[in-house]
Formats: sequence, C-alpha cells, structure tokens
Amino acid sequence: MTTETSHNRNLDRARESLLAPAGIGVGEIDQVMGRMLGHQIDYADLYFQYSRQESWSLEEGQVKSGNRHIEQGVGVRAIAGEKTGFAYSDEIVLPALLDAATAARAIARSGREQTAPLAPRDGGTLSLYQPLDPLLSLEDTAKVALLERVEQEARRLDPRVTQVMASLGGSQETILVVRSDGVMAADVRPLVRLNVTVIVEQDGRREHGSSGGGGRTDYGYFLTEERALSYAREAVRQALVNLEASPAPAGTMQVVLGPGWPGILLHEAIGHGLEGDFNRKGTSAFAGRLGDKIAADTCTVVDDGTLAGRRGSLNVDDEGTPTQSTVLIERGVLRGYIQDRMNARLMNMAPTGNGRRESYAHLPMPRMTNTYMLAGQTPPEEIIASVKKGLYAVNFGGGQVDITSGKFVFSASEAYLIENGRIGRPVRGATIIGNGPDVLTRVAMVGNDLALDSGIGTCGKDGQSVPVGVGQPTLRIDGMTVGGTEE
Amino acid sequence: MDPMITTAKTTPSLEDLAAQALDLARRQGASAAEVNTGLGAGLSVTVRKGEVETVEHHRDKSLSITVFFGERSGSASTADFRAQALSEAVMAACAIARHTAADPYNGLADPAHLARDIPDLDLYHPWSLSMEEAIDLARRCEDAAFAADPRIRNSEGASVTTHDGTDVYATSDGFLGTVRASRHGISCAVLGEDGHGGMQRDYDYASVRDPRDLPPAEDIGRRAARRTVRRLGGRQIKTCQVPVLYEAQVARSLVSHLVSAISGPSLYRRSSFLLDSVDTALFPAWVHLYEEPHRKKAMGSAPFDGEGVETRYRDLVTGGILRRYCLDSYSARKLGLTTTANAGGVHNLTVASGPEDLAGLLRQMGRGLFVTELIGFGINTVTGDYSRGAAGFWVEGGEIVHPVEEITIASNLRDMYKGLVAVGRDVDTRHNVCTGSWLLERMTVAGG
Repeated sequence: MTTETSHNRNLDRARESLLAPAGIGVGEIDQVMGRMLGHQIDYADLYFQYSRQESWSLEEGQVKSGNRHIEQGVGVRAIAGEKTGFAYSDEIVLPALLDAATAARAIARSGREQTAPLAPRDGGTLSLYQPLDPLLSLEDTAKVALLERVEQEARRLDPRVTQVMASLGGSQETILVVRSDGVMAADVRPLVRLNVTVIVEQDGRREHGSSGGGGRTDYGYFLTEERALSYAREAVRQALVNLEASPAPAGTMQVVLGPGWPGILLHEAIGHGLEGDFNRKGTSAFAGRLGDKIAADTCTVVDDGTLAGRRGSLNVDDEGTPTQSTVLIERGVLRGYIQDRMNARLMNMAPTGNGRRESYAHLPMPRMTNTYMLAGQTPPEEIIASVKKGLYAVNFGGGQVDITSGKFVFSASEAYLIENGRIGRPVRGATIIGNGPDVLTRVAMVGNDLALDSGIGTCGKDGQSVPVGVGQPTLRIDGMTVGGTEE
Repeated sequence: MDPMITTAKTTPSLEDLAAQALDLARRQGASAAEVNTGLGAGLSVTVRKGEVETVEHHRDKSLSITVFFGERSGSASTADFRAQALSEAVMAACAIARHTAADPYNGLADPAHLARDIPDLDLYHPWSLSMEEAIDLARRCEDAAFAADPRIRNSEGASVTTHDGTDVYATSDGFLGTVRASRHGISCAVLGEDGHGGMQRDYDYASVRDPRDLPPAEDIGRRAARRTVRRLGGRQIKTCQVPVLYEAQVARSLVSHLVSAISGPSLYRRSSFLLDSVDTALFPAWVHLYEEPHRKKAMGSAPFDGEGVETRYRDLVTGGILRRYCLDSYSARKLGLTTTANAGGVHNLTVASGPEDLAGLLRQMGRGLFVTELIGFGINTVTGDYSRGAAGFWVEGGEIVHPVEEITIASNLRDMYKGLVAVGRDVDTRHNVCTGSWLLERMTVAGG
C-alpha cells in the first residue's frame, strides 16, 4: 500500500464520519472560514474530532469495572499576530460552527468579512500505523480473560504477591484539520495500553512494582510474544527488588541511567525547555541559545514523531503538519526547537509537526512526540565498571521541570548502588535533581544500547495530557544530586 | 454583546436527561443505576506583556452513567446529549456489565445516608464579565507586576477566568440533587532576571466563588513579582539534616498525601503506609484536622458527596489521633465500615492553626529550610517514602538569608507527620484543603 492511498482513505473516512452526518461540505466550511478571515486574522483552523475509548480494570482477581466514553466536537481557532481566539462545540452542526467562529474571531476587532479561497488540498501524510479499531479487535470476554491471565501470572510467580491491579485501555480517534491556507488533513489513530501494578508483602513490609506497555496498534499486540505476561513478570521482579531495598543516599555523585524509559531525563531536562512557545516568549532557560554547545560531544538528541506504531507517533500532528524527525542536539550543539505552526511562524522557523492538543476543546501547543538520544559506542558493562561509587537507576516514576530556572527532578522506582564498578544493593526513594542547560555537559559516557520505552508515557503541560515516548542508551552523568535520606 | 456559544438552548434540562438515562437503564433490565451530568460555560483571557494572548470560550458538557445488574456493574459517558448518543451510552454501560465479575460490595449508597434536604451553600455567583473587562483586569494585574520591580522583565502573562455550571446527580432509588456553582480567578506568572543570566519564575493567584471576593488584580500582580524577585540568585546548599518549614500553599500537599493513604481503595488494596491506623497517634497531641463541607462560599463545599450521601462536619484527627478513614460506600462495605461521605474526595479539609503567623514560624525554626515550591512525584504511598525537588530559602536566626534551589528534601511521611512542630495561622483558603504553613522537626536536604 502506498502512502498516498492510505492518506486518501483517512481523509475520506474522516469526512464521512465527521462532516457528512451534519451535512457539512466544502461550501459550509467556506462559510465558517469566511466568518473569521478578515484582514486582521492571519490564520484560522477547524479541528474536528471523534473518539471512542474504553478501559477495563482488574483487582482482587476479578474485572469489576469497565468504562466506555464517546466524544466528538470541533474546535475553532483564529490567530492574529500573537493573539489567539478559541471556541469549541461538542455538536458538529453548522450553526454551532458559525457561533464558535464568531466567538473565536472576536480577538481581532472589525474583522472585515471575506470569503476564504478554499480549495482543499492534500496536506501530505505518513502511514505509521493502520486505522485499526482496538475496541473491536478483541471480544469483550477475551479482554477480561487477558487481564485475568496477567493476574494469574503475577500470583504464580511468587507467593509474596498480595495484590495485583491490572488495566487495559484502548481508543480510536479520528481527526480532521481544515486550515485557512487550504490544507485539509486527517488521521485515524488507534492507541492501546496495558498496565500492571503488584503489591508484595513480607514480614509486614510492603512494596510495589509496576510495568506496562502499548502503542498505536490494537489489542492483538499484547497477545503476541507473551507481552501481557511479560509486564506481569516485570512488575513482580521490580516489587521484589524494592522489598530488599534500603534507603537511598543523599548528595552529589556519579549516576548511571539505564537504557529506555530513563530517557524521561531528556524529556524533562531538555525537551520541554526546547518547546517553541517558551523560546519565543523567552521564558525557557534555553531561549536564544541555538548554536550553543549545551551537551557533551557524544550527545545527539532527536524528537521523532515518525517511528512506526509508537505511542508518541502521529501521521500528521493536530494542525495537519506531517510529523518528522527533528534534531534538537547534534553532537552537543543545540540545533532546533519543537514547533507548532504559530510559534514557528512568529520565530521565522519551519513547523516541525509538533502541534498537538488533548482534544478539540483544547488549544494546540508545541509538544514532544518520541524524544531520545542516539546510541554511542560504549558497552553498558564498561560504563558500570567505570564507577567507583555511585547510583545505577534503571526505572523511574514521574518527572517535572521548571523551564525557566531549568531545574528538573525525576524519581527512581528501581535503583542500585554501584561500588567499585559493581552493581550492589538496591535502594529506594532516590530522587534525582539537576539543571537542564548543564546536565548533558556532564555526560561522561554514552552506551551502545539505545532502547525506547515500552509505550507508557503521558506528558502533561498546561493541563493538557498527550501520549509520548522516550528513549536513550545507558548514560553515565557525573556530579548529579541524588535526594535520598542517608547522608 | 459577548459572543458566547448558545447551542444549548434546545437541549432538555439536566434533570430530564438524568431521568431519561435512568429510564433507559431500567428498560435494559438494570436493577439500579446512577447518573452524573453537568453543563458549564466559561471565559478565559490571558494578557502577556500588555497584549491579548488568548481568549478562550469554554463550554463543558458531560453525562456519565453506572448501571448495576445485581452485583455486576458497568459505566459509560458521553458529551453528546442527543437521544441516540444517550441511548448508546446506556447500552455501552449495560454491555460492559455483562462481562464484569459479580461483586457483593457493588451498588448505590445506603438510602439511610442520603442527603434529605440540600442546603444552599452560596456557591453560585455568575460573573457577567465581558471579554473587554476581562482583558482590562488581566492587563492591570500584569502591569502592576512589571511596575513592582525593575528586575521583572518578562512574563508568562496574567489570566482572568470565569466559569459557572450546574451538576446533577440522580439514582434509580429516587435521589435527585442539583448543585449550581461558580468559580472565578485571577492569576499572574512573571519572570525576573538577576543580571547574570539567571532567570526565575513565580506566580500568585486568587480563586473564589463570588467575584466580589476577588482581591484587587494589582495586588496579585505585585505579589507575583515579589515572589519571583526574592528567588533570584538561588543556590544549592550542602547536604544536611535540618528543620523544614513548608509554606501554606505547599503544606497542602502533605495533607493530600495523608488523604490518599487513608482513602478506601488504598486501604482495601493494602497499598498504603497507613493500614490499621485509625485510633493511633499519627501526629503530636495538639493536632486537629476536620472537614467542614457546608462552609458558605468555600471552594471545597458540597451539600452531598459523589453518591448523594449527606455531608456534615466531621473530625478526621483529634488529639493527634486518626479517628476515621476517607471512604465511599463501596470501600466502606468492603472494609466493614460506614461511608464517610468522601465519594469524590474531601470537603474543606482544614488543619486547625496555631498562634503563630509565618514570621513567627520562621523565628520558631531559627535555622533551617523554608520551602516555597516542590517539583516531582517522589511519593511512595505504599511505604510513605518521600523525596521531592524543592526551592525556597535558607533561614538563620529566624531570618531569610538567601534563596535556595536545585535541592531535594526527603524523609518518610510517617516521620514527617509525627515531627510536625507547628501550623501557622496564614491559612490558604483557595482549595478544598485549607491549612497554614507547617514547621517540621527534621528532613534530609540533598544538595551540593
């Protein structure tokens, strides 16, 4: 199948499911755009969305609850210079669209009405995933059975497992973007996720471990290669490690980060600070630093929305721009920002396919897709062996950054001490804090073992959540502050 | 004219919609059902560096239904109120209930606990604010921040938001409760520069039910500027163990961690560090926490909880001893206890203040760390382990000496609660957890 036919199919599907039921055609869209486009409005877009999602959750051995949610609507945005007017409606009907257009254009006074010359043209798109419907990809009884198998596997592994909580979620979202420059683009986006958390108990002490994964595919993904069961095994393994863990040290030390999900470091420390909006406004610690050396020579970091089937990937972003692989840091030098259309235009740069929004009821912003560091040369064993005394952190919970001061933190959910080049006892409660603009200058070694996360990331910004991916090879970073309780 | 969207005019009332959904569920054979539905509208305006940045018109609308077929349940939700969408949502909930396991603890709240009359808590004060007025207010707020200090050179903007709406909860047992409420706010976030390439950002905001209770916009701007400027020149401190004073707006999070650990699901899953902790001393003997759900105009007020259960004044901690958990009907039945009207959360959970204001607490601490901002998620509710990124000020002799950043503070929540030394009377009332600042005996600070 060629990219072209897949694109046309998505566009046809989107028009058929979003516009046809309301009797909205090119003429009606012209009318709505015409209401916004005067000499003071530079740009306008309409974002139609229909999504269906479900979740099933298991605890105490049984699937006791499930939920389905359907939503649809249209967001209408008008931009004049740096001003944005925005309104939305959960009914896709012409009067509601016209009302929303009137509300959105109110940012520009005396907007002279004129009809937009709208000849819908191909926005171009990729074919990184099939327009699957996860909700229909398994019988409901099989979804329940899958969660039950995950639970049984976790319990089978160790008698100290006292609780298993597992959840399965899937969604399919159809979006259609119509822009005032005539581009019309559509996407049909499947997304699935399976999560397992276990509680283990021994001699009155309790700990937990979590694992999971997913991507832009259907539930069949979890049935292949025993993936669902492997999440159960991983959650149990982590929980048992933590059961043996002692309090983490506090202070400045060498830290080795494992491959894959620890790439959350790049997301927090670097990625957010390189988003176009913060840089246009000069509120990021990275503002005005393009071309500066901000990392060790061994570091090349990209944001890549084009990885097939990944949770953070998109055929087109929520402004109809095809996604791409954007080099953010090239051999230590800051090369690019993460851009949506508005910030790219105001900064005189090209959009990078990172204009994303949680739904039609939210404004798009520059957001990451899959952010990772390219592999280096060093085998991971050599990196561990090079550390006399330090911390080896392989799994993390959440992280957060203050983009203005550049300070970021992230919390280890599985970590070990390194002593004399060997991995030692596990430690719990280690939080790592650092400064975004200089943390990558402290990267001393880059592993040859690049891995991406298993498909579990959700990024929050200004109250909007979007699915993302991260990745990295094993890294040694010198002089990081670790916040435990042991001095 | 304010160009609000007016497509809701043809829709039936929320009470009618709830009744229709319950009726559809009954006709599908459900033995019981509950419906939550709401409709709201709002305006949000942001001004940055004196210019309008965004004008957003909000309209939220939702209906969610949970159906019970004996001991099995399923739920679904929709934002589309048309007859067919409503019917599809009910059918989806029923379809799920065919596959879920029977659970004897499932079901609606015990009718004996339901709210009988619904007091007016004075929560509904719509603000007829035009877009132009909102812009003017935001501009005055931000202008005041810029005027307050020459080191304020950039801004994330000042925002004015207003929202009002109606929420209805109805059950097949005949409970029908309607709550109308409004929420208005002014906020401002600005950046300061220290002249050596360092930047800091901080903010201030107000959040109220009645627009007449908002402070002058200029005050918020000036406070945002003051908070930002005082952080300039922050540095790490050496790793140490010292007393820590949490400013009221961050102390609130310590109460939220407590609520999370004593909430029904954490307890019956045994995923809490506070299992079997009722009637044990979690805090020093002078500590008192209580819920006051019927406080007029308060942000956390509600006449009934998420299941229609009557809310009333309830103690949580007296004499330092935990007196109860925070439960909904399901978790209460599982634990063999009675609901505490906490379906959906706590209502104006308040920590009784001591005599000192913030300056008094700083003096009481003498030497230690004053924390004004926390970042990251290093809280393990299973073990109580606590380690978060922090920013604030180093204090000597009861006086602020210099700003501090890029540090973590760590301990175990159990030790932190036990080591609570004082609660200030500088109460932050902007949320459903109300507390003054907390002085804690000792935490591990990790720095350079």
